[in-house]
Amino acid sequence: MTSLSVNGRDHQIDADPETPLLYVLRDDIELNAAKFGCGLGQCGACTVIVDGKAVLSCVTPLLLVEGKQVITLEGLGTAADPGPIQRAFMEEQAAQCGYCIPGMMMRAQALLQRNPKPTDEQIRTELGMHLCRCGTHMRILRAVHRAAGLMSPADTSSGTIGRKP
Amino acid sequence: MSASLILDRRRVLTGTGALIASFSLRGTPAQERAPADQPKRPGSLAIAPYLDSWIRIDADGSITVFTGKAELGQGIKTALQQIAAEELNVPFESLKLVTADTKLTANEGFTAGSHSLQDSGTAIRNAAAQVRELLLAEAARRLGAPAEHLKADDGAIVGFDDRRLSYGELVASDLLHVQAQPTSKLKDPASFTIMGRPVRRVDIPAKMTGGAAYVQDMRIPGMLHARVVRPPSYGARFVECDVSAIEKMPGVVRVVRDGNFLAVVAKKEFQSIKAMDALAAAAHWNESVSLPKQGDVRSILAALPSQDSRILERSNPSVRGQRTIEATYTRPYLSHGSIGPSCAVAQFSDGMMTVWTHTQGVYPDRQAIAEMLDLPQQSVRVIHVEGSGCYGHNGADDAAGDAALIARALSGPPVRVQWMRGQEQTWEPFGPAMMTRLKGSLDAEGRIADWNLEVWSNTHTMRPGGAGALLAAQHSAKAVAPPPPRPIPLPEGGGDRNAIPIYAFPNANVVHHFIAEMPLRVSALRSLGAYHNVFSIESFMDELAALAGADPVEFRLMHLQDERGRDVIEKAADAFGWKKGQTFAANHGQGFAFARYKNLAAYCAIASEVEVNRGTGRARLMRAVAAVDAGQIVNPDGLTNQIEGAILQSLSWTLYENVTFDDTRITSVDWQSYPILRFDAVTDSIEVHLIDRPGQPFLGSGETGQGPAAASIANAIANATGKRLRELPLTGKRIKDAIGT
Repeated sequence: MTSLSVNGRDHQIDADPETPLLYVLRDDIELNAAKFGCGLGQCGACTVIVDGKAVLSCVTPLLLVEGKQVITLEGLGTAADPGPIQRAFMEEQAAQCGYCIPGMMMRAQALLQRNPKPTDEQIRTELGMHLCRCGTHMRILRAVHRAAGLMSPADTSSGTIGRKP
Repeated sequence: MSASLILDRRRVLTGTGALIASFSLRGTPAQERAPADQPKRPGSLAIAPYLDSWIRIDADGSITVFTGKAELGQGIKTALQQIAAEELNVPFESLKLVTADTKLTANEGFTAGSHSLQDSGTAIRNAAAQVRELLLAEAARRLGAPAEHLKADDGAIVGFDDRRLSYGELVASDLLHVQAQPTSKLKDPASFTIMGRPVRRVDIPAKMTGGAAYVQDMRIPGMLHARVVRPPSYGARFVECDVSAIEKMPGVVRVVRDGNFLAVVAKKEFQSIKAMDALAAAAHWNESVSLPKQGDVRSILAALPSQDSRILERSNPSVRGQRTIEATYTRPYLSHGSIGPSCAVAQFSDGMMTVWTHTQGVYPDRQAIAEMLDLPQQSVRVIHVEGSGCYGHNGADDAAGDAALIARALSGPPVRVQWMRGQEQTWEPFGPAMMTRLKGSLDAEGRIADWNLEVWSNTHTMRPGGAGALLAAQHSAKAVAPPPPRPIPLPEGGGDRNAIPIYAFPNANVVHHFIAEMPLRVSALRSLGAYHNVFSIESFMDELAALAGADPVEFRLMHLQDERGRDVIEKAADAFGWKKGQTFAANHGQGFAFARYKNLAAYCAIASEVEVNRGTGRARLMRAVAAVDAGQIVNPDGLTNQIEGAILQSLSWTLYENVTFDDTRITSVDWQSYPILRFDAVTDSIEVHLIDRPGQPFLGSGETGQGPAAASIANAIANATGKRLRELPLTGKRIKDAIGT
């Protein structure tokens, strides 16, 4: 059994410790937002936040997140009550297929916690490894800027972003 | 059903069309064609004429709209819902929309070719308008008031005296189970309150909050996880494999082998991945050298026999060319490269196969899966569930076939098959390599006197229909061969899509060299041959403009009579601030290109500014300004999003992408070996200007931007460097080699 906290809730996971966090989130905890894209740490679709830092869950074994605080997109809000970054992406209609977007949002969330007012260049650099195939990049950039404007200091202070489910 | 009811309905449906009510088709999609003596019904009403194949109203007033098209991330659900709500005079949110499902919706073929609004949007708009008129007439009958004294409002028919009859009350019995008329009383676009507005996409909230939005997110009780182990190369044959150790691995339920088809099934997803790795390592294959030498596309295509057809021959002997130039352009094989690899869920129980898939064609998939499994088509139900972005015939259908083959082997539990990244990159059907050879001459006044284009290409569709389209069927012991490739007929065309110039040249010849032999597995990639043909035509227009000493925008307008085409060119040039002979900062250049997709869908003109780094040779698109005419606009933000996406996807194809292979295997297996656009190279700004055409037909727009974007970028690179590059992709190395620094 491996214990970890996901979106503020404690879980005991009965899985091989080498299982990538992605499959623990999707298969054991039945969360949808973290996506399988490459399994190689090359695309960013699986990004979640662990102890305040954006990590690639497809190449992060369960073993390494034992006892840690994991935040997924589900922890930032719901369709009825979206968090600031989710609101910003909805308001900018920053998706086509949307498959890459949860990973983008988690990376951006981690950036905004560190740097509440990033420049366009800082956002591009931060999202540098994330791939979008539909060509939604312009909207994603606008959405991250918008999210920076929407966020209150409480939203960006690290450790408080996961809403208690 | 009473005779008087028939008469009532006959009375309310004006026109000469027969009113046929058929209960035998109830509950199943009606697929009858109109009688030969009747004018063709609009859009997909021609293939599914019953109104209740498209719109159903329940007694409680709830309204369901049915489309045979699928949401691919292009926003079609939202647009179709806007159309239905507009013509039914009900709030947008009040409707439910059901998409492609062989049990519930009409057979609208594939969601492809920028046809969804033209086919399904037109059908739904006309069906909704006719439903509204039927409801008005029924209310008039019941209220004893003339229909013109009534109006449809918010789900009810309302009279001057404020008497209201809800749609639910009115629609009793079989009021909507009638065949559509060829013409409808459509609303005046000036009165629109829902169409033409940037209504927010209905699918976005779930995607932004971790809802179950994709087939990848499906969880059915008892569902197992499967992975396939594909042969290492196209022609490889299975030799042997000791599976005893694999069957004992944790969670493994079954190793499935059927000819060259190998798969593992496990209780949990990561267990299936570990078992897949073990099975792949244990399996022995005989591989053979089957791929051409990767070098330039010309030598690959030139070595293959072709069937040649002249698709345009225009002659005016009074106009003679004085100065002639020639050029050859190529594009490599391209990947769809969806961010989420293909996935499907299937369950075989009580003789019934159900498959959930992100296919573009549920009916063709049903046919293919039924044929593969020797099941009657009625025993297979295929349901579309969204996947990651599609961009054409990727691995979706194959994953559906994999899931079906495995689910039947297990019989009972639902099985989810998820492809791995390397499987997607090496087994999806690629967009075919292409070559064009152009030759043109100018008359004494610097106008194009003579234009010749030859295009060499494989087919651009190997989509299902038959089982042979599915990898699972090809690899199974049945070894179903792929069907012989066929060209897609004009006017839409495949390799010759957009090969016929839209410009008014006095002499013109276009030849399509269709290459049947396919060394690499190929099929439809967004815009098919149009991407390369428009890249070629619009690059060559600039080459001829340079020869004539003319400005590229003026030169295009000089040869174009199509008024709507001229409008988008002028709009894009004006919004960009295009100036004849404008000079930019060092290493910057401007480029322009235009096309009408398929010469019958949306118009698109794009002006670009590019910067070239002389050290690395790399080009960067600084800004792009597009103008688009897609006919009547349903959702301006959705249309803008499609064009922005087309430009950036085309930018990626144009600057970076190239499927690589050795003599046996595909070697571009991940995002390192198949690089695509990244944020550091993304454009500073993209502007999209829409030209609305109220009352005009919808013109498909999902693929109109790719060709113009490519040529506009290539023309800007030529403008910045003074060097013309004709071999895609326009990589930093190629540009650097050309400029010689």
